[in-house]
Amino acid sequence: MQKLIRIEPSKCIGCKTCELACSFKNVGEFMPSRTRIHNEVFLDEAKFITVTCMQCDDPWCEKACPKAAITKEMPSGVVYVDENRCVGCRTCVSACPFGMIKYVAATGKVEKCDLCAGDTPECVAFCPTQCLTLDEEDKPLRQKVLRFVNTMKDGHQEV
Amino acid sequence: MKKRHGREIKGWQGKVLRVDLSAGTCASEELNIDWAEKFLGGRGLATKYFVEEVAADVDPFAPENKLIMAAGPLTGTYGAANGRYMVVTKSPLTGTIACSNSGGYFPSELRYAGYDMIIFEGKAEYPSYLQIKDDKVQLVGAMHLWGKSTSETEDQILAEFHGDAKVACIGHAGENLVKFAGIINDKHRAAGRSGVGAVMGSKNLKAVAVRGTGGVSVATPKAFRDASMEAYGLLKQNPVSAEGLPALGTPVLVNVINQLGALPTRNFQQDTFAGAEAISGESLAATYLKRNKACMGCIIGCGRVTGLKGARFQGEGEGPEYESIWALGAACGVDDLAAITKANYICNADGMDPISLGATIACAMELAEKGLISQEEVGMPLQFGDADAMVRLTEMTGKREGFGDKLALGSYRLAESYGVPELSMTVKKQEFPAYDARGVQGMALNYATSNRGACHVRGYLISPEVLGLPEKLDPQVTDGKAAWAKIFQDFTAVVDSSGVCLFTTFALGAPQFAKFCSTATGMDFNETALMELGDRVYNLERVFNLNAGIDPSQDTLPKRLLQEPISDGPLKGELAHLDQMLPAYYQERGWSEGGIPTDDKLQALGLA
Repeated sequence: MQKLIRIEPSKCIGCKTCELACSFKNVGEFMPSRTRIHNEVFLDEAKFITVTCMQCDDPWCEKACPKAAITKEMPSGVVYVDENRCVGCRTCVSACPFGMIKYVAATGKVEKCDLCAGDTPECVAFCPTQCLTLDEEDKPLRQKVLRFVNTMKDGHQEV
Repeated sequence: MKKRHGREIKGWQGKVLRVDLSAGTCASEELNIDWAEKFLGGRGLATKYFVEEVAADVDPFAPENKLIMAAGPLTGTYGAANGRYMVVTKSPLTGTIACSNSGGYFPSELRYAGYDMIIFEGKAEYPSYLQIKDDKVQLVGAMHLWGKSTSETEDQILAEFHGDAKVACIGHAGENLVKFAGIINDKHRAAGRSGVGAVMGSKNLKAVAVRGTGGVSVATPKAFRDASMEAYGLLKQNPVSAEGLPALGTPVLVNVINQLGALPTRNFQQDTFAGAEAISGESLAATYLKRNKACMGCIIGCGRVTGLKGARFQGEGEGPEYESIWALGAACGVDDLAAITKANYICNADGMDPISLGATIACAMELAEKGLISQEEVGMPLQFGDADAMVRLTEMTGKREGFGDKLALGSYRLAESYGVPELSMTVKKQEFPAYDARGVQGMALNYATSNRGACHVRGYLISPEVLGLPEKLDPQVTDGKAAWAKIFQDFTAVVDSSGVCLFTTFALGAPQFAKFCSTATGMDFNETALMELGDRVYNLERVFNLNAGIDPSQDTLPKRLLQEPISDGPLKGELAHLDQMLPAYYQERGWSEGGIPTDDKLQALGLA
């Protein structure tokens, strides 16, 4: 079963450690402007939202790439950019509806989250609250179903 | 490429931004890397720059005073709580060196823009603010921001400059030169103490906005990551950093310190507070807490995002912290958590230190209790426990309305104006934080010898004497406390110079900071070198204070702590036995019997 970075926003404390860990591992510097996972802090609403590439089943970026530089590999399900093929045309940047693939002037290529290519993703390794986990995709869903079912069960007893 | 002796500089960004407010110019200059090796960054390095460039007898509000905002070589990295900066200037409250620390996101952003520090000098002709977008820097007019709250100021700057910028600014208190005005960044984080915001106001500098898209590199990335993982593990196992602070924030201490019998109540007239439970961290969690929040790169997350919904008080923001709860609460005899939270919001909006403010109101309440201040003068009845009066006076102080104009001078000048300076609970004119020192002897020594006046974050002896970290000491014993005070003060100076939050030190010690600093910079900052660096910073500050006319006779405590025993609770009868510790402390520091750093000592530290 494919594993993905799962995000539980209620556990986030807005520390941006994920952005720091991501850029340090993938760029070699602490550089939030180059992170592939984004921890947005809404000071007034006290809300922290984290987003990253969800490794689409049928990726817009892959379909848009005229050089076939982007492929979804199986069984990992990770959507990779082949730097040797990428020509920096930015077509994928336009195609991704989520803004999760980015052109980098310094390299002339695009980059995106590749779940740290087989290692434990660095953002997951450093997340202090387990807001981020690397999970098979049906596990969190099963937890939500169980939460709902238990609520139903409690209500049922009252009736 | 940043280079030194042919080697690339790592850890530090290697650049200082110098802003001449009088001339309206901004220029980038090379960081003095030889100084950085001796003073690290943040507090230490900024103080070195400050004492080299500013005469000790300068009037804090004169254009000749400078204000330095300084990150450390670890600011903007990860592993512990690596997002702090220090504001260094001469304090209008104490006349000593001032250094005030804050976290949030602003300090890291300054580093991503490519700078280790900003030096502000002179005075702008009209209200101005600084815009930094990487290497594009300019001063722009801030007439439209003058008079706005810190929150409104930030919103306006984000709208007109850059939506992703981080902002540090002053509010009414800084503009109006309230002697304990702070600088607020990211809306709720404060370089709070010693009046650094008033110095900013005196320079007509409303705000600093920074957007940085660069990175921070370290010398040996793999070793730095290993050091960070180790620190992460230690912080996650420690009862304070892993449980107490995340669960309840700093207000976890309200019940702890009250049960100890060291929660100063009604201007230090009692030391247990009947209303403690009502204003505790547990009560805050059960009422106004919305969620927990961290600063950049912090894995503790002690921040409390709160909201007030009620008939009497409304608002939202962060806090109150433990010290604020105490100052606006127990110190004033106030047990109304909504009122305390509201007053704390006002402090953030106006950019004002709630510790000094609450303690000054408490002092005024005792003056009124003793019949020295009349109701007519205050404009309202003033007595301990009056929550509404406390909130009203908080509003009046930032704006310097009516009696607030007197409160804005701090408790020492207030009490002195009525002929009773001994009723001001201060050291070197700065108000105590939330721990009585009678019966916690190491803390008494630290208070008396702190380089910025009464302060808990210059040498937090509460940690060993009360919390038992790194080991439990008997708080009532004076023997050996001189050595402990020196170690804590020196190590704190190291942490403050690194860019890391002091709260990590419940779990991390010199070995961890040695690894952090060495792997980040590629220089050998072993434990011995770091502790000597802390000693060097402490002596540098001490020499500045002596040159500024703060003589060693001011290494003392208010008469109340030295001569009036605690009147209630578990520590009843206790006094601060400063005289039993101060000579040993001077000796431990290598100072003369009179408290002056000797030539030998200064030479050994490379300061002579």
